[in-house]
Amino acid sequence: MFMKKIAAASAAALLMFSAAEAKTLRWASQGDALTLDPHAQNEGPTGAMNQHIYDPLIQRNPKLEKVPNLALSWKPISADTWEFKLRPNVKFSDGSALTAEDVVFSYQRALQPTSDFRAYISSVKEVKAVDPLTVHIVTNGPNPILPDYTTSIYIMSKAWAEKNNVTKPQNYKDKEETFAVRNAMGTGPYMVKQRDPDVRTVLVKNPTFWGKDQFPGMPDEIVYTPIKEPATRVAALISGQVDFVLDAPLQDIARIKQTAGLKTVETAQVRSIFLGLDMGSPELKYSDVKGKNPFADKRVRQAMYRAIDVNAIKQKVMRNFSASAGLITSPGVHGYTPALDQRLKYDVAAAKKLMADAGYPNGFGVTLDCPNDRYNNDEQICQAVVGMLAQIGIKVDLQARSKTLHFPKLQKKDSSFYLLGWGVPTLDSHYVFTFLYQTSDAAKKVGGWNFTGYSNAKVDELSDGMLKEVDQAKRDKMVADAWAQVVADMPYLPLHHQLIVWAMKDGVDMPIFPNDSPNFKYARMK
Amino acid sequence: MLSFVVSRLLQAFAVMASVSFLCFVLFNFVGDPVNNMVGQEASQQDREEMRRALGLEDSVAVQFVRFAGNMATGNFGKSFRLARPVSALIVERMPATLELVAVAALLALAMGIPLGVLTALRRGTVDTGAVMTFSLAGVAMPTFVIGILLIYIFSVECKTWAPALGLPPGFCFPSFGRGETVKVGGWTSGLLTPSGLKAIVLPALTLSLFQMTLVLRLVRSQMLEVLRTDYIKFARARGLYDRSVHFRHALKNTLLPVITVIGIQVGGLVAFSIITETVFQWPGMGHLFIQSVQFADIPVMAAYLVMVSFIFVAINFMVDLLYVAIDPRLRVDRARVGTAGG
Repeated sequence: MFMKKIAAASAAALLMFSAAEAKTLRWASQGDALTLDPHAQNEGPTGAMNQHIYDPLIQRNPKLEKVPNLALSWKPISADTWEFKLRPNVKFSDGSALTAEDVVFSYQRALQPTSDFRAYISSVKEVKAVDPLTVHIVTNGPNPILPDYTTSIYIMSKAWAEKNNVTKPQNYKDKEETFAVRNAMGTGPYMVKQRDPDVRTVLVKNPTFWGKDQFPGMPDEIVYTPIKEPATRVAALISGQVDFVLDAPLQDIARIKQTAGLKTVETAQVRSIFLGLDMGSPELKYSDVKGKNPFADKRVRQAMYRAIDVNAIKQKVMRNFSASAGLITSPGVHGYTPALDQRLKYDVAAAKKLMADAGYPNGFGVTLDCPNDRYNNDEQICQAVVGMLAQIGIKVDLQARSKTLHFPKLQKKDSSFYLLGWGVPTLDSHYVFTFLYQTSDAAKKVGGWNFTGYSNAKVDELSDGMLKEVDQAKRDKMVADAWAQVVADMPYLPLHHQLIVWAMKDGVDMPIFPNDSPNFKYARMK
Repeated sequence: MLSFVVSRLLQAFAVMASVSFLCFVLFNFVGDPVNNMVGQEASQQDREEMRRALGLEDSVAVQFVRFAGNMATGNFGKSFRLARPVSALIVERMPATLELVAVAALLALAMGIPLGVLTALRRGTVDTGAVMTFSLAGVAMPTFVIGILLIYIFSVECKTWAPALGLPPGFCFPSFGRGETVKVGGWTSGLLTPSGLKAIVLPALTLSLFQMTLVLRLVRSQMLEVLRTDYIKFARARGLYDRSVHFRHALKNTLLPVITVIGIQVGGLVAFSIITETVFQWPGMGHLFIQSVQFADIPVMAAYLVMVSFIFVAINFMVDLLYVAIDPRLRVDRARVGTAGG
């Protein structure tokens, strides 16, 4: 009897012990990271994976605030130099110590021609190790938002990179795979235990992680399985084979909510969806109006704006997982103002009058280019727009294509009317102005995604100014002025901000990140 | 015979060459991989540089000649998506697909042949009607619907009905992946672990359903025909047992066409497995291909298509040879045509 009791007690203890030990979080999303090389691919799933293995100087917390990571503090020490003080006693997972030399090396690596992060730190002139725990980053002229850009640059070990011959990010011209594609070694919370691209990736706790006390409840093991098919992904969650799904399809959210033991969390994503109009060409390439460009007339653009019922799109197409937008930037981005984010009222009669005033009482025909695999329900949004614009006589021919065809077409400026979405990784309005609103100029590397032909000298000047102005109040004024100007000029028709929904088991406690990039060191498992 | 083999080989080569060229022309419509390879911040110059470096700016003809030359020297290039050599990727994924196809083919035969025989023998009964109706569904239902249906019943809803029927809690099947795999030499096998065996059930069933119904219907119609022949009547007249008549005399004579059809269908199974693999996140070559299409990963797509066409051509070639070897009539015909022609 006594023995039995002991056996039962020890069995129970063993159970509790293993339950406490086996804190494995299994998660799934559509696409796997392309590589573990931290500087080779600036792409969502790749960054989401690598942030568990590598650390940046400064990191975004779930509220997207900048919090110290490898850098404990940072401040400008002159007009063109930022000083970063490193966290002491940080070790890589191989036990070697992190020094300023590793930071210098990593920035130089990220500036290589084969790096996909060059654009983020193109203003960097020099990175200097002043002492083992101090780094100076010198920029070409003042750069007030450099700390925002450092959140994307991960720090590698110089010795490890040299030993494994990966001092440069992968190059597609090389025939062989580089060591860093499937192997990684950083200071982050996790280490790679198994990496089988497209199949399964297992991360285990890094015993030397500096933040062990800061994140005591983080899972011991993270198992990631990409599941391409949305229905299979949801089935895996409902049948209990995974604990967390990043991208459940919007039409299945209700089903997941109803399932006992599962929950969803949602937040506004930093990504706005909008329509672009070629207002710069003398004649539209894909329209039946010849000899002139109807989109050059602001009344036409305004009429189209007012004929689109975004609430109907929200309810019918987006299943309420969107927020109506008047600005092409989302809450959480520096320079966002709720007052400007109000849409012009939906009013078909007013729109019809504007069309008549502009000389198009019977409308015209135009082709709308739309991706069908990039944004939430992108093609259905376009279909809804086609019907709405028909109300004011605009006959839209919808051309929906895969993103591999849609984006190159836009980049060739081969579209009169298109759907696009824009996220802001730096969380500063300048990113939006420089890519979407500045006059397109390949030599100056600005306006790279401005396919509208929109060009306003005042906006160009304000945008260039934002890059250099270090006085925060003056800079904020410039941002506000620029937003007011582009909202008035209306080169784009904003539609909505996307919402993101994460689905998980009740036992998982995970704050949602508006950049849709889960960092599981913040997760708790009950 | 030799001239026949040589002419068939030349035909096979011509088919391979034209298939790969057609693929190459089609690649112009899958779009531009460069956008997927650089971040949205990359400048126009960066993109053009990358495109030039990858040789995408050259004409289709130039690209094709370069590709064919590389293939001939065994260089399949490097994946744009995963930055790894294509040959390594395909070798890694091949075991998953071949195991799935093998299990599916076995299932199709193991279920199809007995059911075909039984439905032929038990004509007009209710159970035969049921099986035949079911086989119609197998022929008509698209693979992905079958897959999703199986996942829904045996993986999602299973959590409710399995305990109600008194089945053990571990009865339900996984809805994705291969389970645990074991490495035997260069081959990763899922057939040696319990979780791997469990994981292959639903995808293999999905993939085999169409072939199974095909075999079932083929065996049944052949069997019905054979049962009417004189030698079966004769066998009965001799007073042989039914079992001996049905399985030793009748079934044997129905199997030849079945084996031929299955041989050809195995190539089809490899091709059909694309859909099954996508539904079940089965890490095989078909799934690799689909992901490559979405990324416009041209080196992987090219290698996969050339490989699949090679499998088809090789199987057809062997079947042709087998025909000649098995069926004497073909040899005679050919000989007659040969003398008449030359």
